[in-house]
Amino acid sequence: MSAGAALRASALIFVAALLQVAIVSSLVFAGGAPDLLLVVVVCVGLLRGSVPGAIIGFAGGLLVDLLTIDTLGVTSLVLTLAGFWAGRYGETTGRGRRVAPLVAVGLITVLAGVFGFTLHYLLGEAVIARHALFTALAPALVVNLALAYPVYTLVRATVGERRTIEPSAEVEVVV
Amino acid sequence: MTVRRIPTTQRPRATGAVRRRLVVGFLVLLALVLITLSFRQESDGPLAGFQSAGSTALRPFAVGLERVAQPFRDGYDWVDSLLGARSEAEELRAENRELRQRAIQNEFAGQENAYLRRELRYLDGPRFPDDFDAVAAEVIGRPAGAFTQAIVIAAGSRDGVRLNDPVVTADGLVGLVTRVTPHTARIQLLTDQEAAVSAVDVRTGAPGIVRHARGTRETLVLDRVRKQEVIRVGDEIVTAGWRASGFSSLYPKGILIGEVTSVGQTDTDLYQQVQVDPYVDLGSLDAVLVLVPAGRSR
Repeated sequence: MSAGAALRASALIFVAALLQVAIVSSLVFAGGAPDLLLVVVVCVGLLRGSVPGAIIGFAGGLLVDLLTIDTLGVTSLVLTLAGFWAGRYGETTGRGRRVAPLVAVGLITVLAGVFGFTLHYLLGEAVIARHALFTALAPALVVNLALAYPVYTLVRATVGERRTIEPSAEVEVVV
Repeated sequence: MTVRRIPTTQRPRATGAVRRRLVVGFLVLLALVLITLSFRQESDGPLAGFQSAGSTALRPFAVGLERVAQPFRDGYDWVDSLLGARSEAEELRAENRELRQRAIQNEFAGQENAYLRRELRYLDGPRFPDDFDAVAAEVIGRPAGAFTQAIVIAAGSRDGVRLNDPVVTADGLVGLVTRVTPHTARIQLLTDQEAAVSAVDVRTGAPGIVRHARGTRETLVLDRVRKQEVIRVGDEIVTAGWRASGFSSLYPKGILIGEVTSVGQTDTDLYQQVQVDPYVDLGSLDAVLVLVPAGRSR
């Protein structure tokens, strides 16, 4: 990742974290709010790879935890893994597929929801499964999916797409 | 027709995989260390200092963005309120008539109460709002996700805000200060799963504990109300503000919490099931008042 792309990605994640905390979290639809930051992290991972995805996820999570004076590290952990997984998907089976943003955002929203629920439960914070996993997660999934393509386009325009391809055992047929 | 390998970079495959695993492993480990330290730290520990400094540095951005967003939010609320304006006006006129009558009755009762207190030399705990100063603060953040019901405000210890200070709006109780930095504070809302407030029914004096209702985002229940108490739909619930054996409630007496919307009981339950609708719209808070004891130095 070039210095310019890294700088643009940092600025993007900074703005996304601020927007998430100040505005987006209060836009509740049918009991759930969109997670703009998660969608941005997933898109960065898809476009730039697993390592930049994980680093950007960690930084975005840390910003949110600082802004909300929350337990440090919780959001970072969730978003690091989200960015990494999105990156691995983009580097392997999701490479070049049109539905990759939709699949990655959908799957990672659900996985991040379940993982966040488990993490908060392990930390001794009472989390009601029905509310966290159904009442809030289902509407959040819908709005996150609606955000997937517009955010993917914006992220691609801002930080670009990685040109180099990971070493692969795959072959292609040339006619 | 030919078959060819997809072009690869020059770097050996194994090196990339090792680097990837190292970076992600380090970040995950760092996050786990931060969680552990954050959980175990004292309020004046080094990590708290880092969090406090970070929160202070980011505060201007959050405040700026909040101010940019405010006109749009107001516009949305204005359009939204137009849709139900006519029916709401009718309801408010009826409520106004009833409240006018109650205000006259309360005026007489208040005068009588003040006279009797003087005569009896009655000793009481801190009362709301007379014994408190209010620190007005803008809401600058709302944590993401369904796990936490909290807000962040643009006032902190430099403004006199301390841990466990109660927070209200003109409509009623909002919650409690749970974390403080010099310029910001985190407020746990009444609807958080960890929140509990000792409360009473104004009409009957029946005591109970207001908690988050399971499975919903913005509904409360008045728990631990004995079956012999007669609670009715429409009853007002306020903070109890108890004092006993040197301990006292974190909330002063008499702050409005909400209105009873349903009452039920079963043969097997020990207590009644009382549902309470909070007066404060906790989902769209723009500004709040932190109650600090009168005379506290800032």
